[in-house]
Amino acid sequence: MLNIMLLVLLVLIALWTALTPLLLRAAIGLALTSVVLTIIMFRFNAPYAAAFELSVCAGLIPVIFISVISLTHRLPLKEFLKRREDRLRRFWPLPLLLLAVAAGLFFVRIPLNITLPWPETIADVRVVLWEYRRTYLFGQLMVLLAGVFGVLVLFRGRNENER
Amino acid sequence: MSAEQTLLFWQYASTGILLLVIGFYCLLVTYNLFRVLIGLELLIKGVTLFLLAAGVISGHSALSQGVIITVIVIEVVVMIVAAGIVLGFQDKFDSLNVKNARELKG
Repeated sequence: MLNIMLLVLLVLIALWTALTPLLLRAAIGLALTSVVLTIIMFRFNAPYAAAFELSVCAGLIPVIFISVISLTHRLPLKEFLKRREDRLRRFWPLPLLLLAVAAGLFFVRIPLNITLPWPETIADVRVVLWEYRRTYLFGQLMVLLAGVFGVLVLFRGRNENER
Repeated sequence: MSAEQTLLFWQYASTGILLLVIGFYCLLVTYNLFRVLIGLELLIKGVTLFLLAAGVISGHSALSQGVIITVIVIEVVVMIVAAGIVLGFQDKFDSLNVKNARELKG
Protein backbone atom coordinates (compact mmCIF):
# COMPACT_ATOMS: atom_id res chain seq x y z
CA MET A 1 0.00 0.00 0.00
CA LEU A 2 2.82 2.39 0.92
CA ASN A 3 4.49 1.62 -2.42
CA ILE A 4 1.35 2.61 -4.33
CA MET A 5 1.01 5.79 -2.27
CA LEU A 6 4.63 6.68 -3.07
CA LEU A 7 4.06 6.05 -6.78
CA VAL A 8 0.93 8.23 -6.81
CA LEU A 9 2.83 10.95 -4.91
CA LEU A 10 5.65 10.73 -7.46
CA VAL A 11 3.25 11.30 -10.36
CA LEU A 12 1.43 14.14 -8.55
CA ILE A 13 4.66 15.99 -7.74
CA ALA A 14 5.88 15.50 -11.32
CA LEU A 15 2.56 16.89 -12.60
CA TRP A 16 2.83 19.89 -10.27
CA THR A 17 6.41 20.45 -11.49
CA ALA A 18 5.21 20.56 -15.08
CA LEU A 19 2.18 22.76 -14.37
CA THR A 20 3.50 25.37 -11.95
CA PRO A 21 4.03 28.76 -13.60
CA LEU A 22 7.10 29.73 -11.54
CA LEU A 23 10.43 28.27 -12.63
CA LEU A 24 11.73 28.27 -9.05
CA ARG A 25 8.82 26.12 -7.93
CA ALA A 26 9.42 23.81 -10.88
CA ALA A 27 13.07 23.35 -9.78
CA ILE A 28 11.93 22.60 -6.22
CA GLY A 29 9.29 20.18 -7.56
CA LEU A 30 12.01 18.37 -9.47
CA ALA A 31 14.01 18.00 -6.25
CA LEU A 32 10.92 16.63 -4.47
CA THR A 33 10.36 14.14 -7.31
CA SER A 34 13.92 12.94 -6.81
CA VAL A 35 13.39 12.65 -3.04
CA VAL A 36 10.32 10.43 -3.54
CA LEU A 37 12.22 8.35 -6.11
CA THR A 38 15.03 8.00 -3.55
CA ILE A 39 12.59 6.65 -0.94
CA ILE A 40 11.30 4.12 -3.49
CA MET A 41 14.90 3.07 -4.25
CA PHE A 42 15.69 2.60 -0.56
CA ARG A 43 12.57 0.51 -0.13
CA PHE A 44 13.67 -1.68 -3.05
CA ASN A 45 17.05 -2.31 -1.48
CA ALA A 46 19.01 -0.16 -3.95
CA PRO A 47 20.97 2.04 -1.51
CA TYR A 48 23.84 3.10 -3.81
CA ALA A 49 21.54 4.29 -6.55
CA ALA A 50 19.39 5.99 -3.90
CA ALA A 51 22.40 7.82 -2.44
CA PHE A 52 23.39 9.01 -5.93
CA GLU A 53 19.83 10.08 -6.71
CA LEU A 54 19.53 11.99 -3.44
CA SER A 55 22.90 13.74 -3.61
CA VAL A 56 23.01 14.50 -7.34
CA CYS A 57 19.41 14.70 -8.58
CA ALA A 58 17.86 16.15 -5.42
CA GLY A 59 20.92 18.18 -4.41
CA LEU A 60 23.23 19.24 -7.22
CA ILE A 61 20.85 19.60 -10.18
CA PRO A 62 18.29 21.83 -8.34
CA VAL A 63 21.21 24.01 -7.15
CA ILE A 64 22.38 24.38 -10.77
CA PHE A 65 18.82 25.11 -11.89
CA ILE A 66 18.25 27.69 -9.16
CA SER A 67 21.59 29.36 -10.02
CA VAL A 68 20.53 29.55 -13.66
CA ILE A 69 17.15 31.01 -12.65
CA SER A 70 18.89 33.64 -10.50
CA LEU A 71 21.04 34.63 -13.50
CA THR A 72 18.07 35.07 -15.84
CA HIS A 73 15.98 38.24 -15.96
CA ARG A 74 12.63 38.49 -14.23
CA LEU A 75 9.67 39.33 -16.49
CA PRO A 76 7.55 42.44 -15.82
CA LEU A 77 4.33 41.57 -13.94
CA LYS A 78 2.03 42.32 -16.89
CA GLU A 79 3.96 40.08 -19.25
CA PHE A 80 4.24 37.36 -16.59
CA LEU A 81 0.43 37.31 -16.15
CA LYS A 82 -0.08 37.18 -19.90
CA ARG A 83 2.35 34.29 -20.28
CA ARG A 84 0.77 32.46 -17.35
CA GLU A 85 -2.61 32.60 -19.05
CA ASP A 86 -1.07 31.40 -22.29
CA ARG A 87 0.66 28.55 -20.41
CA LEU A 88 -2.59 27.55 -18.74
CA ARG A 89 -4.23 27.29 -22.18
CA ARG A 90 -1.45 25.01 -23.42
CA PHE A 91 -1.10 22.86 -20.28
CA TRP A 92 -4.70 22.23 -19.19
CA PRO A 93 -5.08 19.03 -21.26
CA LEU A 94 -2.14 17.41 -19.43
CA PRO A 95 -4.06 16.21 -16.30
CA LEU A 96 -6.83 14.86 -18.53
CA LEU A 97 -4.31 13.11 -20.76
CA LEU A 98 -2.66 11.60 -17.67
CA LEU A 99 -6.01 10.35 -16.38
CA ALA A 100 -6.79 8.81 -19.77
CA VAL A 101 -3.39 7.09 -19.96
CA ALA A 102 -3.71 5.87 -16.33
CA ALA A 103 -7.20 4.47 -17.01
CA GLY A 104 -5.91 2.81 -20.19
CA LEU A 105 -3.01 1.23 -18.30
CA PHE A 106 -5.34 0.08 -15.51
CA PHE A 107 -7.91 -1.58 -17.76
CA VAL A 108 -5.78 -2.80 -20.65
CA ARG A 109 -3.28 -5.35 -19.41
CA ILE A 110 -0.90 -6.58 -22.07
CA PRO A 111 0.15 -10.13 -21.15
CA LEU A 112 3.83 -10.23 -20.34
CA ASN A 113 5.63 -13.42 -21.25
CA ILE A 114 9.07 -12.38 -20.17
CA THR A 115 11.51 -15.11 -19.23
CA LEU A 116 13.48 -13.86 -16.26
CA PRO A 117 17.23 -14.52 -16.08
CA TRP A 118 18.76 -16.49 -13.24
CA PRO A 119 18.98 -14.44 -10.07
CA GLU A 120 22.35 -12.76 -9.65
CA THR A 121 25.12 -14.35 -7.65
CA ILE A 122 26.91 -11.04 -6.99
CA ALA A 123 24.68 -8.71 -5.01
CA ASP A 124 27.20 -5.90 -4.48
CA VAL A 125 27.04 -2.99 -6.90
CA ARG A 126 30.72 -2.17 -6.22
CA VAL A 127 31.82 -5.59 -7.46
CA VAL A 128 29.56 -5.27 -10.50
CA LEU A 129 30.95 -1.83 -11.39
CA TRP A 130 34.63 -2.49 -10.66
CA GLU A 131 34.93 -6.09 -11.85
CA TYR A 132 32.26 -6.87 -14.43
CA ARG A 133 31.15 -3.54 -15.89
CA ARG A 134 34.38 -1.58 -15.80
CA THR A 135 33.67 -0.18 -19.25
CA TYR A 136 30.70 1.70 -17.71
CA LEU A 137 33.19 3.60 -15.55
CA PHE A 138 35.31 4.49 -18.60
CA GLY A 139 32.15 5.69 -20.29
CA GLN A 140 31.24 7.78 -17.26
CA LEU A 141 34.73 9.32 -17.21
CA MET A 142 34.46 10.15 -20.91
CA VAL A 143 31.05 11.75 -20.36
CA LEU A 144 32.42 13.80 -17.45
CA LEU A 145 35.38 14.98 -19.57
CA ALA A 146 33.00 15.82 -22.42
CA GLY A 147 30.91 17.85 -19.93
CA VAL A 148 33.98 19.75 -18.70
CA PHE A 149 34.98 20.42 -22.32
CA GLY A 150 31.44 21.59 -23.12
CA VAL A 151 31.35 24.00 -20.18
CA LEU A 152 34.81 25.36 -21.09
CA VAL A 153 33.72 25.95 -24.69
CA LEU A 154 30.49 27.65 -23.57
CA PHE A 155 32.18 29.97 -21.09
CA ARG A 156 35.09 30.74 -23.41
CA GLY A 157 32.49 31.94 -25.91
CA ARG A 158 30.92 34.14 -23.20
CA ASN A 159 34.24 35.75 -22.27
CA GLU A 160 35.03 36.49 -25.90
CA ASN A 161 31.63 38.17 -26.29
CA GLU A 162 32.31 40.29 -23.20
CA ARG A 163 35.65 41.47 -24.64
CA MET B 1 7.19 -14.24 -14.23
CA SER B 2 4.87 -14.98 -11.34
CA ALA B 3 1.55 -13.14 -10.94
CA GLU B 4 2.99 -11.09 -8.06
CA GLN B 5 6.02 -10.06 -10.10
CA THR B 6 3.80 -9.13 -13.06
CA LEU B 7 1.60 -6.95 -10.83
CA LEU B 8 4.63 -5.23 -9.32
CA PHE B 9 6.13 -4.65 -12.75
CA TRP B 10 2.83 -3.21 -14.04
CA GLN B 11 2.59 -0.79 -11.10
CA TYR B 12 6.11 0.56 -11.68
CA ALA B 13 5.92 0.45 -15.47
CA SER B 14 2.61 2.39 -15.36
CA THR B 15 4.14 5.07 -13.14
CA GLY B 16 7.18 5.22 -15.43
CA ILE B 17 4.90 5.64 -18.47
CA LEU B 18 2.96 8.44 -16.70
CA LEU B 19 6.24 10.23 -15.94
CA LEU B 20 7.26 9.81 -19.59
CA VAL B 21 3.91 11.28 -20.69
CA ILE B 22 4.40 14.33 -18.42
CA GLY B 23 7.97 14.80 -19.67
CA PHE B 24 7.06 14.45 -23.36
CA TYR B 25 4.10 16.81 -22.99
CA CYS B 26 6.32 19.35 -21.26
CA LEU B 27 8.87 19.08 -24.08
CA LEU B 28 6.26 19.36 -26.83
CA VAL B 29 4.13 22.21 -25.48
CA THR B 30 6.55 24.63 -23.87
CA TYR B 31 8.43 27.49 -25.53
CA ASN B 32 10.62 28.15 -22.51
CA LEU B 33 14.10 26.69 -22.87
CA PHE B 34 14.40 26.12 -19.13
CA ARG B 35 11.16 24.12 -19.08
CA VAL B 36 12.58 21.92 -21.81
CA LEU B 37 15.24 20.91 -19.27
CA ILE B 38 12.54 20.23 -16.68
CA GLY B 39 10.71 18.00 -19.19
CA LEU B 40 13.95 16.18 -19.96
CA GLU B 41 14.57 15.61 -16.25
CA LEU B 42 11.08 14.15 -15.81
CA LEU B 43 11.70 11.81 -18.75
CA ILE B 44 14.93 10.61 -17.12
CA LYS B 45 13.07 10.02 -13.84
CA GLY B 46 10.64 7.75 -15.70
CA VAL B 47 13.52 5.81 -17.27
CA THR B 48 15.22 5.47 -13.86
CA LEU B 49 12.03 4.04 -12.40
CA PHE B 50 11.83 1.51 -15.25
CA LEU B 51 15.43 0.44 -14.65
CA LEU B 52 14.80 0.07 -10.92
CA ALA B 53 11.68 -2.05 -11.50
CA ALA B 54 13.49 -4.22 -14.05
CA GLY B 55 16.34 -4.81 -11.59
CA VAL B 56 14.04 -5.67 -8.71
CA ILE B 57 11.88 -8.06 -10.72
CA SER B 58 14.71 -9.84 -12.52
CA GLY B 59 16.66 -10.21 -9.27
CA HIS B 60 19.61 -8.25 -10.71
CA SER B 61 19.44 -5.31 -8.35
CA ALA B 62 23.20 -4.66 -8.31
CA LEU B 63 23.39 -4.51 -12.10
CA SER B 64 20.38 -2.19 -12.29
CA GLN B 65 21.99 0.06 -9.66
CA GLY B 66 25.13 0.21 -11.79
CA VAL B 67 23.10 1.26 -14.83
CA ILE B 68 21.11 3.81 -12.76
CA ILE B 69 24.36 5.36 -11.47
CA THR B 70 25.62 5.60 -15.06
CA VAL B 71 22.35 7.26 -16.12
CA ILE B 72 22.63 9.77 -13.24
CA VAL B 73 26.21 10.68 -14.22
CA ILE B 74 25.14 11.25 -17.83
CA GLU B 75 22.09 13.20 -16.64
CA VAL B 76 24.11 15.62 -14.52
CA VAL B 77 26.62 16.28 -17.31
CA VAL B 78 23.84 16.89 -19.82
CA MET B 79 22.09 19.25 -17.37
CA ILE B 80 25.26 21.24 -16.66
CA VAL B 81 26.02 21.72 -20.36
CA ALA B 82 22.35 22.52 -21.05
CA ALA B 83 22.34 25.07 -18.22
CA GLY B 84 25.34 26.74 -19.87
CA ILE B 85 23.44 26.82 -23.17
CA VAL B 86 20.41 28.37 -21.40
CA LEU B 87 22.63 31.10 -19.95
CA GLY B 88 24.22 31.73 -23.37
CA PHE B 89 20.75 31.93 -24.92
CA GLN B 90 19.62 34.39 -22.24
CA ASP B 91 22.72 36.54 -22.86
CA LYS B 92 22.16 36.62 -26.61
CA PHE B 93 18.41 37.11 -26.82
CA ASP B 94 17.51 38.43 -23.36
CA SER B 95 14.74 35.80 -23.35
CA LEU B 96 14.36 32.04 -22.99
CA ASN B 97 11.80 31.68 -25.78
CA VAL B 98 12.95 28.87 -28.07
CA LYS B 99 11.36 30.58 -31.07
CA ASN B 100 14.34 32.96 -30.97
CA ALA B 101 16.57 30.05 -31.95
CA ARG B 102 15.33 30.47 -35.53
CA GLU B 103 17.42 33.64 -35.71
CA LEU B 104 20.64 31.77 -34.97
CA LYS B 105 23.06 31.41 -37.87
CA GLY B 106 25.61 28.71 -38.56
